[in-house]
Amino acid sequence: MSVIAEPLRDTDLGEPELEARLVDIWKTPRGFFGWLSSVDHKQIALRYIVTAFFFMGLAGLGAVLMRLQLATPDAHVLGPDRYDQIFTMHGSTMMFLFAVPIMEAFAVYLVPLMIGTRNVAFPRLNAFGFWLYLFGGLFLWCCFFSNNGPDVGWFSYTPLSLTQYNVGHRADFWAQMITYTEVSGLAVAVEIIVTTFKMRAPGMSLDRIPIFVWGSLVTAFMILFAMPAVMVCSTMLILDREVNTHFFDVALGGDNLLFQHLFWFFGHPEVYFIFLPATAFVSSIIPTFARRPMFGQAAVVLSLIATAFFSFGLWVHHMFVTGLPRLGESFFTASSMAIAVPSGIQIFCWIATLWSGRPVFRTPLLFVLGFIFNFVIGGLTGVMVASVPIDTQVHDTYFVVAHFHYVLIGGSVFPLIAAVYYWFPKVSGRMLSETLGRWNFWIAFFGFNVAFFPMHILGLEGMPRRIYTYSADMPWGTLNFISTLGAIIFAFSFLLLLWNMIRSGLWGKAAGPNPWDGDTLEWATPSPPPPQNFTRIPVVTGPAPMWENREALPAIAGMSVGKREILVSTLTEAEPDVRETSPDPSIWPLFAAIAVGITFLWSIYTPWAIIYGAVPIAVTLTGWFWPKSTREDES
Amino acid sequence: MKGFAAGFGCLAALTLPACSSVQSALAPEGDTARAILKLFLLFVAVCTAVFVIVMAFLLIAIVRRRAAAVDPVLRPDPIEERRMAWVIGGGVAATVIILTVFTLASFLTNKTFAEPRPHGLIIKVTGHQWWWQVNYESHDASQTFETANEVHIPVGQPVKLDFESPDVIHSFWVPNLAGKQDLIPGRYTTLTVKADKPGIYRGQCAEYCGIQHAHMAMYVVAQNQNEFERWRAQQLKSASAPSNADLWHGQQVFQSSACAMCHTISGTNAGGQVGPDLTHFGSRMTIAAGTARNSMGNLTGWIVDPERMKPYTRMPAVALTGPDLIAVSHYLESLK
Repeated sequence: MSVIAEPLRDTDLGEPELEARLVDIWKTPRGFFGWLSSVDHKQIALRYIVTAFFFMGLAGLGAVLMRLQLATPDAHVLGPDRYDQIFTMHGSTMMFLFAVPIMEAFAVYLVPLMIGTRNVAFPRLNAFGFWLYLFGGLFLWCCFFSNNGPDVGWFSYTPLSLTQYNVGHRADFWAQMITYTEVSGLAVAVEIIVTTFKMRAPGMSLDRIPIFVWGSLVTAFMILFAMPAVMVCSTMLILDREVNTHFFDVALGGDNLLFQHLFWFFGHPEVYFIFLPATAFVSSIIPTFARRPMFGQAAVVLSLIATAFFSFGLWVHHMFVTGLPRLGESFFTASSMAIAVPSGIQIFCWIATLWSGRPVFRTPLLFVLGFIFNFVIGGLTGVMVASVPIDTQVHDTYFVVAHFHYVLIGGSVFPLIAAVYYWFPKVSGRMLSETLGRWNFWIAFFGFNVAFFPMHILGLEGMPRRIYTYSADMPWGTLNFISTLGAIIFAFSFLLLLWNMIRSGLWGKAAGPNPWDGDTLEWATPSPPPPQNFTRIPVVTGPAPMWENREALPAIAGMSVGKREILVSTLTEAEPDVRETSPDPSIWPLFAAIAVGITFLWSIYTPWAIIYGAVPIAVTLTGWFWPKSTREDES
Repeated sequence: MKGFAAGFGCLAALTLPACSSVQSALAPEGDTARAILKLFLLFVAVCTAVFVIVMAFLLIAIVRRRAAAVDPVLRPDPIEERRMAWVIGGGVAATVIILTVFTLASFLTNKTFAEPRPHGLIIKVTGHQWWWQVNYESHDASQTFETANEVHIPVGQPVKLDFESPDVIHSFWVPNLAGKQDLIPGRYTTLTVKADKPGIYRGQCAEYCGIQHAHMAMYVVAQNQNEFERWRAQQLKSASAPSNADLWHGQQVFQSSACAMCHTISGTNAGGQVGPDLTHFGSRMTIAAGTARNSMGNLTGWIVDPERMKPYTRMPAVALTGPDLIAVSHYLESLK
């Protein structure tokens, strides 16, 4: 017997015992502290999803209140101060606390399952990111409920957001909320990139990566390049407010357009890192329900990448009326138009897949069809606002409000709900009710269009954005009233979705591992997936593993069962490379997030907080990275 | 194109019985707004066609009849796949052509506005939280004057508006005449407008500028040359002297109360620079930047309790006795 015992391998064990041992080693510890120390990507992703939907609910209620205020002229449902806080909270929450996090959360849940691994890379960072996001969101809403919500719009343009025009700390809360959520966003981006590049199941070469994973990967790269711009922007704002740096103070040589450039250099790609994952949902759902592989898979993936590149070259179309040189503006018209081409390619490929397939009309596909309808409208009005002359009329009017709600709700929330219906069985083990699903779809589709289509006309008839009321002399009453009715119907559809999830989650039909006969690896594991995801790591032999191996998936052998072990593979061909240990659960990411969170919050009141806060942060990080006396990983 | 424009107008009118041209991009009365609407209608026509075609393909894709299922998953037929690839290639080519046409059309339209145009009048418009200061400029200092929330222009002449903002970003937008233009602190921006026929065109701030962004409107009054000259001559004059005891009392109240701290009435001691110039207040159509009609009732209400009409306005309530209030309101209304 050698000095160090040879670790136990999965080849030494039978199926039931192997599974029991893996569950034991990968499961989250019991008890409240165990729950807090979880590093399981599925648990953390679910926490993200639930939190993001909770914030969406709050921001959605805010939207309903705004619609009630605007339903009739000179209404008094909300005063101007509340109204301004609510539209700021609505935009900030929907963009920073709902849309981006929930898309990333789906990636955190699905990417490891789709590529056949057991956790994300950097699972503790994942936990840390979630806690920080949670604190940032709660912090912003606590400010709002204490009547201190930011009131300068989700874009917080200077000089309106500088101390001179915004006394108190309202704009600071906005700026710091950005910092919290961006740190968590960047954390997830890094995890997704490394997970996708290095942890794919053997045989999943680049051309066999599922489109959803491609979408998540491309989005993660966009986040990595775009988010620093807004962090710089919000940090410069807070520095101007706290320590008088004068980045945006005109009297001392500052420049207000700088803020807009930085904000939109992030802000435009942001729209696409909400939209690209949504198209990736669609490209996952359509093949399953069209009963055929995606038509033009390579073209769709290349379109995703092209969209990502283009999206960094159009930020100026948010600034067409700031008086920039006309010729330069025309360049941004051309680039804004050009991005319609990759989107067009995707739409054509989806239609072709449906055309040549045998569509099965279940709720996820209905939402996808509704998405195509709404998104084509939003895309076409997008082409209109890309034109400088047209934009000078419709910019900052309800036409633009209509346009981006068609793109963001029609183009992203509809696919998101499709994704909820599609993957709910995987996550919960139960099917959502199909009857309620159909009602949900038709009410959402009808309510959405009634709420937002009239806004196009309102904008053309001269109604600007961000006004808390309008006079009865203006001819806007009827359409606003119709729009409010639509908004209430649309909001009701979300209650229906919530009820469906509660009812079906408790008493729904059991789903089984692959209820839709999907083609990707997440359908290979039981529903809900066990803590280790896969008892044996599958080997991939084609782009649609579940359709190519209907009997049983081939799997690799030789993984340790005595510790959390994952397989690292090569970047392009996904050949098995290294077996590596994946971190155990730890409470330290939570403590670190608390330390960082308090430092951010405190820094609103004194810049010294950065110095004082460094101490607890250093302590918690030391605890987090404290070396364990374990053996080096084996190659 | 004309027919289509009319059709679109009717559609808008149908959805909105009281379709008014007070503040609307759909009822252009100036060359810029007209060129933009023409371009917009081109976009709407082409985009509607694209939408109908795409939806038709989608509809056929989901309802068309197909052979009975054999395998659980369809094996794509290579010949059909190639045919679809060609169709999609055609679709992409059409998209590229349409987008190129759109880009060129909007570039050419844009070019006509960007080129410097000969203009007569230069008017400086300054955005404040939450009202518009309007200065008629001239090389001759005696020909300059100031007014607020109302821009009078002669019909048929391009008028150059120079913008300035001392506080936050605002945006000048009178959709019947032209697109909008931001007023950005520290930056010079400008817009040339031309009205085709006499009329009163409403506009309002289009960039969120704080809590009363909703009540920051202004009117462009396009007049025949003669009428405009008459108006200008009147504006160049100092305020008319009080013609009776009541008005004289009103003037005294104005000068001795907080009013004069913020407002100017030329020809009197009132020389405040914070709020609008009131020299010809009685000739204006509205008060509080388009918030209410200019009438005795509204004016007294506004002076007594500005917050009621326009919460958080920068104008403070001025404590006046009943008779003083009536007198000062009469006096202000007499300033034609």
